Amino acid sequence: MNHIALKMLMGDKGKYIGIVMGLTFASLIMTQQPAIFLGLMTRTFSFISDVGLPDIWVMDPKVQFVDDIKPMQDTELYRVRGISGVEWAMPMYKGLLKARLTDGTFQTCIVVGLDDATLIGGPPVMVKGNIEDLRRSDSIIVDIDGALDKLGKPSPTPGNKPIPLEIGDSLELNDHRAIVVGIAKVSRTFQAQPVIYTTYARAKNYAPRERKLLSFVLVKAKKGQDLSELTRRIKESTGLSAYTRSEFMDLTYQYFMKNTGIPINFGISVLLGFIVGAAIAGQTFYNFTLDNLRQFGVLKAMGTSNWVLLRMILLQAVLVGSIGYGMGVGLTALFGYSMRNTILAFRFPWQLLIFSGAGVSLICIFAALISIFKVIRLEPAIVFKG
Amino acid sequence: MNADGLAVRCQNIVKIYDTGDQKVTALDQVNLDIAMGELMMLVGPSGCGKTTLISVIAGILDQDSGSCELFGENLITMPSNDKLNFRAKNVGFVFQAFNLLPSLNAAENVSVPLVINGMKRAEAERKASRVLEQVGLGERLTSLPAQLSGGQQQRVAIARALVHNPKLIVCDEPTSALDHETGHTVMALLKDVALQKDRALVIVTHDARVFNFADRIAEMDDGHIIKVVDSANGTQTSLKEAL
Ligand SMILES: Nc1ncnc2c1ncn2[C@@H]1O[C@H](COP(=O)(O)OP(=O)(O)OP(=O)(O)O)[C@@H](O)[C@H]1O
Ligand SMILES: [Mg+2]
Repeated sequence: MNHIALKMLMGDKGKYIGIVMGLTFASLIMTQQPAIFLGLMTRTFSFISDVGLPDIWVMDPKVQFVDDIKPMQDTELYRVRGISGVEWAMPMYKGLLKARLTDGTFQTCIVVGLDDATLIGGPPVMVKGNIEDLRRSDSIIVDIDGALDKLGKPSPTPGNKPIPLEIGDSLELNDHRAIVVGIAKVSRTFQAQPVIYTTYARAKNYAPRERKLLSFVLVKAKKGQDLSELTRRIKESTGLSAYTRSEFMDLTYQYFMKNTGIPINFGISVLLGFIVGAAIAGQTFYNFTLDNLRQFGVLKAMGTSNWVLLRMILLQAVLVGSIGYGMGVGLTALFGYSMRNTILAFRFPWQLLIFSGAGVSLICIFAALISIFKVIRLEPAIVFKG
Repeated sequence: MNADGLAVRCQNIVKIYDTGDQKVTALDQVNLDIAMGELMMLVGPSGCGKTTLISVIAGILDQDSGSCELFGENLITMPSNDKLNFRAKNVGFVFQAFNLLPSLNAAENVSVPLVINGMKRAEAERKASRVLEQVGLGERLTSLPAQLSGGQQQRVAIARALVHNPKLIVCDEPTSALDHETGHTVMALLKDVALQKDRALVIVTHDARVFNFADRIAEMDDGHIIKVVDSANGTQTSLKEAL
């Protein structure tokens, strides 16, 4: 009877396409929206994941996430260096500073100060110049997205794209000259500001005079050192917070999950996609069954059992579900691919396939169930009605 | 009439449709016997209960009281699965509106009762093709219903009704959607090909022009069978006038 079910389904091309489109739409929304959401959430901790070498991040105990800077005294660095199991520990400054551009306008930037000697914590990829050039006086490295856009020089023809900031150009940070010696590629962060790298000592000059300026201490553990053991030891002997790299990413991620409207907003659009998809696909599938009720009645009169009819409807639902799911997921992948070089956040882990697969399955089961109910309750005697 | 040769024995059948606000007595103490090898026509004014009666006879509608035996089996007491199997094996249907599955071609449509009875698809379609040849549609095996005329569709439906060799074929107004000549061909087919010694046909019709195909005609009115006449002895003429 399976071939009959499939022929029934595909016999009416218009309706068949309608059902598949509804499911495609639902599957697209349920994959693409969470992918953007995951992409955004990944950005919350991309600053941490960009810093490759250190195993442990040490910071003020009140810090809630990576952008929540609570400066410590420089002496904390030496205390951390003194703890056993620490291979090395380097200071890092991270703060928001106003840069004065050549045209006199101001732009808030994320300024990162790296250990003067080792430059640990520097940008992951250099586009132009060399990270070692940071050792020259007044030197900074800017991220390429900032250089192309927010830090760019105004175009001579108004309304056009700004002229990109290049090596040799200069800025003013808190009345101090800063000369661009390199352009870097950094992962986009949740904050849209340009990123400026410089040395720790210079960052202290740029920053407003304050007693405390040390944002993080970056720690490398000795070989074979148990990381959770070491973080515990650092916490105990300094009274500071210490997290492994992944713990700190998780802390940041959890902060954004709990304290921002982002999960809610995306949750709502995923839910809406699910409901609209369920309504369209469920409705068209149900209508399809209603239109075919007479055919089901004929099969029933001729002795087809409810069980077999149920299997036929399930087969139809599984088929349209699989096609719609495949197309929706495919379109999402295509969308992500075509957006790969834009500002849009997008992340498509395999778990998302399961998530949207479950969503589409739910819709199909729901659509099939209401249809099955109708067909099971169908009186075969309707076949003689005009 | 010998009870062993009986295809259908209806005794005191009552069927009441309860639509909530009103009750319609569609069948009121109906008694009717149909013999094997007999072509029985059911006639009567609209709403008199003809369709209801053949639905009960074919086992697709349960009566409220009375008994209806099909080849000695009382369908109403049968477990529903057995009833389904019984129907799948023993009953063929022909409808006024043909009721072919529109996305299946002629051979596939005719093969459906065989597939329901568990036959493999390929074999079922082979057998269906042979029956389609018998009804004169050997050339149209792969045509979809929409590509066939009304008369051809009804011939496909007749092939479907007899492909699995059922002992009873019920037809509700098989000719009323067709013009006179085509209706005549369809009736001839039913009488010559479908009707056999070990098979009974019950045909509901309004169409007086086909009465002469009947062996017997049962006339109904208002839920009753008011008379059953033998069409061989010429009573059909008076019936024609009555309707
Ligand atoms: N499903 C139903 N629910 C309620 N009443 C029904 C139902 N089916 C039939 N009836 C009523 O039962 C009576 C007999 O109906 P039936 O269809 O058997 O008549 P019929 O002789 O076949 O009529 P026609 O020649 O118009 O087809 C009619 O009064 C009809 O309105
Ligand atoms: Mg009727």
